[in-house]
Amino acid sequence: MPHSTDEPGARETGRAEVGQVDQVAEVAEVPEFAEVAVVGAGPAGLAAAVTAADHGLDVVLLDAADAPGGQYYRSPADGLGATRPGRLHHHWHTFTELSARLAAHRDSGAIRHLAGHQVWTVERTGDGDWILHAVTGGDQETRTAVRARRMVLATGAHERQLPFPGWTLPGVVSAAGAQAMLKSGLVLPGRRIVVAGSGPLLQAVAVSLTRAGARVPALVEAAGYGAYARAPRVLAGNPGKAVEGARFGAALARARVRVLTHRAVTEVHGDERVEAVTVSRVDHRWRPVAGTGRRIACDALAVGHGLVPQLELALAAGCVTRPGLDGTHAVVLDARLGTTVPGVWAAGESGGVGGVELALCEGELAALSIIREVRGGVRGQEARRAIALGRSRNRLRAFAALMGTVHRPGAGWSEWLTGDTEVCRCEEVTAGRIRTACEELGAGDTRTVKLLTRAGMGWCQGRTCGFAVRELATAHGTGQEPGGPDRRPLACPVKLSTLADLDGPG
Amino acid sequence: MRRTRARTPAELVGSEPGPEFQLSFDGRPVPVLPGQTIAAALWSAGILSWRTTRVHGRPRGAFCGIGACYDCLATVNGRPNQRACLLPARPGDTITTQEGDGHAALDG
Ligand SMILES: Cc1cc2nc3c(=O)[nH]c(=O)nc-3n(C[C@H](O)[C@H](O)[C@H](O)COP(=O)(O)OP(=O)(O)OC[C@H]3O[C@@H](n4cnc5c(N)ncnc54)[C@H](O)[C@@H]3O)c2cc1C
Ligand code: FES
Repeated sequence: MPHSTDEPGARETGRAEVGQVDQVAEVAEVPEFAEVAVVGAGPAGLAAAVTAADHGLDVVLLDAADAPGGQYYRSPADGLGATRPGRLHHHWHTFTELSARLAAHRDSGAIRHLAGHQVWTVERTGDGDWILHAVTGGDQETRTAVRARRMVLATGAHERQLPFPGWTLPGVVSAAGAQAMLKSGLVLPGRRIVVAGSGPLLQAVAVSLTRAGARVPALVEAAGYGAYARAPRVLAGNPGKAVEGARFGAALARARVRVLTHRAVTEVHGDERVEAVTVSRVDHRWRPVAGTGRRIACDALAVGHGLVPQLELALAAGCVTRPGLDGTHAVVLDARLGTTVPGVWAAGESGGVGGVELALCEGELAALSIIREVRGGVRGQEARRAIALGRSRNRLRAFAALMGTVHRPGAGWSEWLTGDTEVCRCEEVTAGRIRTACEELGAGDTRTVKLLTRAGMGWCQGRTCGFAVRELATAHGTGQEPGGPDRRPLACPVKLSTLADLDGPG
Repeated sequence: MRRTRARTPAELVGSEPGPEFQLSFDGRPVPVLPGQTIAAALWSAGILSWRTTRVHGRPRGAFCGIGACYDCLATVNGRPNQRACLLPARPGDTITTQEGDGHAALDG
């Protein structure tokens, strides 16, 4: 349990390889059974759950959050009485329609929605069912489990971060996090907020912040948007994306946000909190160009460099992953969204970062594939729908690949680090110590760097620094990372007592 | 998208919140709107840090905003290591700046 794991011992076990237990856990009570368990109630999981229920399957939908919607359709808490929640979103009607279908299926009993349930691992029983172990309750101390014949993993992504001098100063926040805090709590980290990093999400964040009353003096993008033009076929196939880009561009111009491309924040100024940032030019490899720094006054910095799929449960289930063009790993999927493990499907960001439209499309398609398997075939109408969804998916995946290529951090980003820049925020491990581990102690992969420095071994289990540590380590190593993504089989830190219960009688 | 800019997030979404209440942060009262997390309430009050790190004693607050980074750990009603970005604030909650792993204060 995340909140109360105070003892260092319990934190250690957060890294135990319990995903690989070969004995089925005995849980206190006989777990509920469902034909399909969907993990994640974001756009992908919601679409999967309601589609499966529409076709008569019995579904359990588990989600860590208290309200459905995931990252995109995050809305103000009820107590805030938002009369126009759609103002923070595009396509709000899509969500209200999905929510209405979810509510109807909940009322009829076709979907059991277990909100506030964090699944921390999954395991297969001898007869091929899945047991999903979850913690719930205000302090996440109540254990529960669900048994299901089939599983859809729609666990979304979190933001990718690259360290830079000063990024641990209060007032520097994740760009996606600023968006999330705005959407759910109606708050801003400051009044004058620089938005920086790379990727299309930054535009959405900058527009939201200005519409909510903040001044955004600059949007700092390390890549350039011109690179999209090098794939005219992909663009022609996705006219909606071009329209969206143009709309963001216009909104940014109206809000007087200066868009500075091929630039990065290379320093944050302030003692106890952000007072200004230095923005420097970067070359095509993201190496900062000396002497180009310019100071911009601000009281907050919202920063992010794309997204990273959350793969803990997929890895625990044994699904094969592959590296994508954006430099992150994602679940390997076939055209029907089946993973390499029978009985497990994945949709949305789990299969590679691609945005809300793709997540909705894949959620529905995964459900139709399950229906096909359960029934041994589908009727003409569903078959045609699946073909149409498959086409949309291919088109959107092509765009996602382009986006991933354009915004993949250039190899030179690490040149903006100073020796005392913290890379691992939890364990306060500096770039200098990682460099020493690599150059003097011969570390050439993430695992060795971790063992020597503790980078990535703190509370967040490397979610925040994982990408950066891998890049720094492989720059010195063979360039090959054994074992693919960082193996982190627990989806959240779990109390020792909870783990002990997994092996013994409940 | 072609609407005039709001001055605050609450104005943007036409917020009509329930009655405000208070929590206490290091002894000082902080107003909260119902439904806000502890981190959201502290941000509204302009407070960006509520923890100091174990090694260098540096100030930290919310970073990822979604429960993934554990930077926002706070001591809430005497209990250390609570993720302020996830925990809804309740009337009368007492938040204290957490130093290091938060255990020194408990021993004292
Ligand atoms: C903080 C944040 C903010 C974002 N804001 C925007 C935005 O404003 N605009 C935009 O276009 N895109 C945004 N995105 C991108 C976003 O990833 C996609 O647009 C979209 O939400 C993806 O849908 P999804 O269903 O794949 O995943 P998500 O929407 O991320 O949904 C995944 C769901 O799974 C749940 N989950 C994950 N792991 C577990 C587990 N182990 N147990 C139980 N539940 C679990 C999560 O709580 C979440 O509800 C944001 C991303 C992040 C990380
Ligand atoms: S801000 Fe990251 S866990 Fe709370």
